[in-house]
Amino acid sequence: MSEITYLEAIREGLAEEMERDANVFCLGEDIGAYGGAFKVTEGLQSRFGEARVIDTPISEAGIIGAAAGAAHMGLRPVCEMQFIDFISCGYDMLTNYVATARYRAMLPCPMVVRGPSGGYVRGGPFHSQNPEAAFLHTPGLKIVYPATASDAKGLIKAAIRDEDCVLFFEHKYLYRRIKETMPEGDHITPIGKARTAREGKDVSIITYAATVWKSLEAAEQLEREDGLSVEVIDLRSLAPMDDDAIVATVRKTNRVLIVHEDTRTGGVAGEITARINELAFEWLDAPILRVTAADVPLPYSPPLEDYVLPQTNDIVKAVRRLAAY
Amino acid sequence: MNKAPHESAARAETSNGATARGGLGREQLLDLYYYMRLTRSLEERLANLYRQTKVVGGLFRSLGQEADAVGSAYALDRSKGDILSPLIRNLGSMLVQGARPVEIIKQYMAKGDSPTRGRELNIHYGDLVRGFIGQISQLGDMVPVMAGVTLSFRMRGEDRVGLVYVGDGATSTGAFHEGINFAAVQRCPLVVVVENNGYAYSTPLSKQTAAKQMIDKAIGYGVASEQADGNDVVATYEATKRAVDRARAGGGVTLVELITYRRKGHAEHDNQSYVPAGEIERWATTNDPIDRFARVLSSDHGVAASELEAIDARITAEIDSATDIADASPMPEPADALVGIYADPPAEKPLWFREGVRAAVEVNERPSSWGTHDV
Ligand SMILES: Cc1ncc(C[n+]2csc(CCOP(=O)(O)OP(=O)(O)O)c2C)c(N)n1
Repeated sequence: MSEITYLEAIREGLAEEMERDANVFCLGEDIGAYGGAFKVTEGLQSRFGEARVIDTPISEAGIIGAAAGAAHMGLRPVCEMQFIDFISCGYDMLTNYVATARYRAMLPCPMVVRGPSGGYVRGGPFHSQNPEAAFLHTPGLKIVYPATASDAKGLIKAAIRDEDCVLFFEHKYLYRRIKETMPEGDHITPIGKARTAREGKDVSIITYAATVWKSLEAAEQLEREDGLSVEVIDLRSLAPMDDDAIVATVRKTNRVLIVHEDTRTGGVAGEITARINELAFEWLDAPILRVTAADVPLPYSPPLEDYVLPQTNDIVKAVRRLAAY
Repeated sequence: MNKAPHESAARAETSNGATARGGLGREQLLDLYYYMRLTRSLEERLANLYRQTKVVGGLFRSLGQEADAVGSAYALDRSKGDILSPLIRNLGSMLVQGARPVEIIKQYMAKGDSPTRGRELNIHYGDLVRGFIGQISQLGDMVPVMAGVTLSFRMRGEDRVGLVYVGDGATSTGAFHEGINFAAVQRCPLVVVVENNGYAYSTPLSKQTAAKQMIDKAIGYGVASEQADGNDVVATYEATKRAVDRARAGGGVTLVELITYRRKGHAEHDNQSYVPAGEIERWATTNDPIDRFARVLSSDHGVAASELEAIDARITAEIDSATDIADASPMPEPADALVGIYADPPAEKPLWFREGVRAAVEVNERPSSWGTHDV
């Protein structure tokens, strides 16, 4: 088996699920013959036909709403947002309609909303967003954000099979930069389970998506330069969140740094901090620290983007502070 | 920097040149030529800079659409304070309102002294004084915004008009619908220009709407409509001018459909694999808006080739100097990223792991014992 990229892994997962279940179909802007802005769905229309890979008008609320209706009727829609930044145009549909459907009306919405997310690519304020925190606050939606190619495949397959709506954020910086050999067979990554990306005993970094790689880089540097043993937890799923894995790593290292690319205030790190506070306070030897983006819209110019987004050096600095505490 | 030539428009009214269709004098016709040529030459320069990797992000072209942008914007009255909101194919419209090449090049190069100080990309910027409001990427959003801008004109009894551009694709958004409907009901002095260029990224018009033509939508909204050949700059001007006059006279919203063609891909990286063979070439050879207009200028208005060449030379000189200035401009200072989220406070504080700021755990007082019995 040869290595495939994170992007190809998503495509492979989509294709396998479409093959397995005739109810699975894709809809989105320019996803058909063109294969999508990033080519994630390339080849799917010629393989599965125009009825199952649908080019839609530029109508995010329409795409998400129509997916919900189709899902009620037993289909399994996978919606693409051309950039995840445009999910905000369907926010009402997702948070008011989709997220509440099962609870208020016993109407299941087994559907996926996926799209290229994240920065580090000079995309400016509307092509770089990480909107996960806005949805983490909405009961009824599941959220996954893979950092590796095999998880990208395993999670898209799990998301499609899930009985509820799953937001599948894919990091565009990782699309073609990482490669991996896929596990054999029907590879599923369970939703709600974190992954230990690196074992360690001195300090834990809890993170997800592209900053997993920055954290691993920092961990290597810290081992080399400081002899520190840093554990890196890749959450993979934000909703539901793997409390057991979080508590286990806190009990192991007693020092926690949370890293994410999204802005700071009201971000996912605040939620993780609160959970640790409630579940494992006695196991802490230091305050929980956060490395996140600054609280500004993400600017375009390289010196500005580099300044706003978390960098490996920031993580190194924060871990050193924790280790010295 | 050259003086913005639209200032000559006012003089053209009193010049003795033969009046063309739309009541345009010779100087105004040459203005139209100037802006179309400036748009194209500036984009060609940007394409060069893109190939040299001096453009930081993507590059968006309006090749073949210069007439629709320039002719429609030219129908506004800058002396009255009319305002437009451009989209990604409306570099020409912004130039008509007074945007200058040096600003555009600095924007693309993400320079610190660009109009947005490096925060936003390409032509996403505005200037209320010169009469244009910067777009955001989310398509359709500017329609309700311009409904509000023109609502303010009406509320204050001002003699001003607003114009907002949307692509054929952007008419599929909820924001477009809500914005035009709001403006229609409020009888805002707003012109909604739909640039029908055949494609939205790779999606042809037939997959964007089941309407036979964009102006059919006007009926449903209860607004007036105009339709014109968007590659005929004077026809574009005339149709938009009627809409502008109607808005100024209290006649409310007009939906103007300009029919044109997008000869380049969505952005520079797009290989246009979805375009039927020969289609682009056909538009390029038989329906280029600048070629067409140059022929009209020569045959109907006696404009000599040398006169157009002189304009071209002036444009090249301006773009050359703009490129030099933009190239020499500094990139932004990193910490400028924290300035200006709110009026108050004027800047965010740097996060502790930057700028040597100490962590809260160091700054805040710690109790001498474990805290439990401290007072
Ligand atoms: C709400 C929203 N959804 C998706 C996009 C991604 N996108 C950018 S441009 C574009 C096509 C625009 O087509 P059209 O409105 O016809 O304008 P044109 O590019 O043809 O001038 C798309 C889908 C976006 N910018 N905004």
